Amino acid sequence: MRLAAFDEMLPEVSGLRRPYSAYDRWLKEQDPARLTEKMQDAERVFRKTGITFAVYGEQEASERLIPFDIVPRIISGNEWRRLTQGIEQRVQALNAFLDDIYHRQEILRAGRVPRDLIAKNEAFLREMIGVRPPAGVYTHIIGVDIVRISEDEFYVLEDNARTPSGVSYMLENRETMMQLFPELFQKIKVRPVENYPQLLRQSLAAVRPQSTKGAPTIAVLTPGSFNSAYFEHAFLADQMGVQLVEGQDLRVVDGHVAMRTTEGYKQIDVLYRRVDDSFLDPLTFRPDSALGIPGIMDVYRAGNITIANAPGTGIADDKAIYSYMPEIVEFYTGRKAILGNIPTWRCSEADSLKYVLEHIHELVIKEVHGSGGYGMLVGPAATKKECEAFAKKLAAKPSNYIAQPTLALSTCPILTDKGLAPRHVDLRPYVLVSDRIQIVPGGLTRVALKEGSLVVNSSQGGGTKDTWVLDD
Amino acid sequence: MLLGRTANGLYWMNRYIERAENMARLVDAGLRMALTRTQSASEEWNSVLLSAGSDVAFKQKYSDYTAADVADFLLRDTSNPSSTMSSIETARNNARMVRTALTRETWESINEAWMSLKRMLARPIDERDLPNVLDAIKRETALIRGSFYGTMLRNEIFDFSQLGTYVERADNTARILDVKYYVLLPSISWVGSTLDNYQWESILRSVSAHRSYRWVYDADYKPTNIADYLILNVRMPRSLTFCYRFLSEHLKFLSDDYGERHACHATAEKTQAMLRAGSIKDIFDAGLHEFLAGFIRDNTRLGDEIAQDYRFY
Repeated sequence: MRLAAFDEMLPEVSGLRRPYSAYDRWLKEQDPARLTEKMQDAERVFRKTGITFAVYGEQEASERLIPFDIVPRIISGNEWRRLTQGIEQRVQALNAFLDDIYHRQEILRAGRVPRDLIAKNEAFLREMIGVRPPAGVYTHIIGVDIVRISEDEFYVLEDNARTPSGVSYMLENRETMMQLFPELFQKIKVRPVENYPQLLRQSLAAVRPQSTKGAPTIAVLTPGSFNSAYFEHAFLADQMGVQLVEGQDLRVVDGHVAMRTTEGYKQIDVLYRRVDDSFLDPLTFRPDSALGIPGIMDVYRAGNITIANAPGTGIADDKAIYSYMPEIVEFYTGRKAILGNIPTWRCSEADSLKYVLEHIHELVIKEVHGSGGYGMLVGPAATKKECEAFAKKLAAKPSNYIAQPTLALSTCPILTDKGLAPRHVDLRPYVLVSDRIQIVPGGLTRVALKEGSLVVNSSQGGGTKDTWVLDD
Repeated sequence: MLLGRTANGLYWMNRYIERAENMARLVDAGLRMALTRTQSASEEWNSVLLSAGSDVAFKQKYSDYTAADVADFLLRDTSNPSSTMSSIETARNNARMVRTALTRETWESINEAWMSLKRMLARPIDERDLPNVLDAIKRETALIRGSFYGTMLRNEIFDFSQLGTYVERADNTARILDVKYYVLLPSISWVGSTLDNYQWESILRSVSAHRSYRWVYDADYKPTNIADYLILNVRMPRSLTFCYRFLSEHLKFLSDDYGERHACHATAEKTQAMLRAGSIKDIFDAGLHEFLAGFIRDNTRLGDEIAQDYRFY
């Protein structure tokens, strides 16, 4: 099945779209052979600097590059303003929801979200009940996945409120584009993204514990150099000028979390952790975790460390909660959601399950807790056999799944051997929350490199593009 | 401020870069000996393996010493943890772990060395290519050293890196001498035979000093001069004295920075004082082998103390 998709550069009906006009003029002047050369240059730059990611389950290719396409994805200033309003509203609601859900649970009392959905959810951390994080912020760094359907229709696909990754690609993609095509950036005014690390550092410093004396000590917690996103962890620590620590470097000393340095233990005030909740503290969560710090949750409850993002934020971006986001946004902000959701069937509900089973060939079905594009079924692209097998899994544990219509995600051209060709894209802007909300103008555009494919995840053959927000 | 784990990573990263290069140099010297003295080639390869500390592991795998097998084992065999390929791989893993402590240039030079050697050492080395391969290894490590010295800030990160380099280098030079100490002992005749001359040149070649020796001493090889050059000469970058001059210096930077002295400081200073006071005659009188065995022991202890004093684990 082929869906007629909206192309962001060259929509079929209206011709070249305005945001791309200056780029298109430049592109037409380029020698195709030179562009191919530039594409190879880009790959060499990435490999040399070691920008790689690990793919779980592949032994030999333990380090691979995420393919990079040199055609930028371009968003006009006006489009961006609309998006940021919607994102800000959504992020406010996410934090308000988290505070509520771990305290008074007004939204449950009001019957807007079913009580069971929270109580029985693995992402809901009992240990966080009654805990208020420093500065009252739960989710500090959010990556909101947005898809586009037409000129005016944007939808939120997912709220990544735990530990969104990919921001290093946003930064390196821009760096690479500026190295490859400096003249383009003189011709076209693109809003800068490169101050993200400074903003992140300021944002983390602003949510330090109240008891911190002087400038806070910040560290990035990584599971280690064999983690798939290690490059990003090292990159961010480096760019922020803070330590990159592992669980083995940390312990609780005198009621504070401290890191082992060549001069003894030094206190940490803010921990930007890239380790999942369940590995954070073997005394509180998984006892077999070697990645965490025994006792850190006690320090946290005593208000002596900021953990970003806070433990338990997963309850806000859970796929089962997602379908309630329009209600959640309205409940806490008092206004209708500016950015809509994709219509979602909750398979836990009998009527929905029936519909989903009957229309399995038309739908995208996802695991409630899955991520990275694993464990999902894209109905229109699946064989009859695959659909039947999936239907069995679905019927056995319906509450584990949600379903969405297969949308014609917008496309953006990529450079192929045969010239430009449209491919489906999504967009992940990065949001920082402290005493204010900041959104870096741009984000990570993921692109499905295979013709017709809708799966943009890097672990499933997706690539990335530089994302330009025009200063117009 | 530096994490103990990072200091550990820097230390071992540099030990392994040094080791990767030393293996190439040892094979180079062995190759030269084997070419000039075909009759006892296997004996020469045995001492190369002894100097590399890899003879036991080699014998578990091979029964005879041939140039191809030894070169393969010391350069590209990943089951040998000290081979050039294993060393560069370990160095890169450490570099990846401490990446935030390195300049972009340093990281890229290590990453590129790893990529190019991995490609080059993927298949067995054709004998005719061996000299090219050895050159390439030395070139890659020289590039790493160049970017490192050219771009790194002279702070504690630099100090821990240098400690790794010089502990490894001192160990390597002492082992080379110890394996061949008997050819340096005063024999019946002080005038070396042709055979001795080859042996002596081989020692110098394995520390890349066969040319510079002639700038400093006579054109003739004399065992006492060779021993003096490799042990006591303060200008020779691979001599024991040179290594300890820098070990002491970097340890002093650390104790000044941190305002704290440790056991490793006393150990390094003791060795340095001993090297400074001694003459090559004293060393020969007391026994060259005993001297070297004692040195290797103390050098290993220094490494352990550094790890403990600076909380590597």
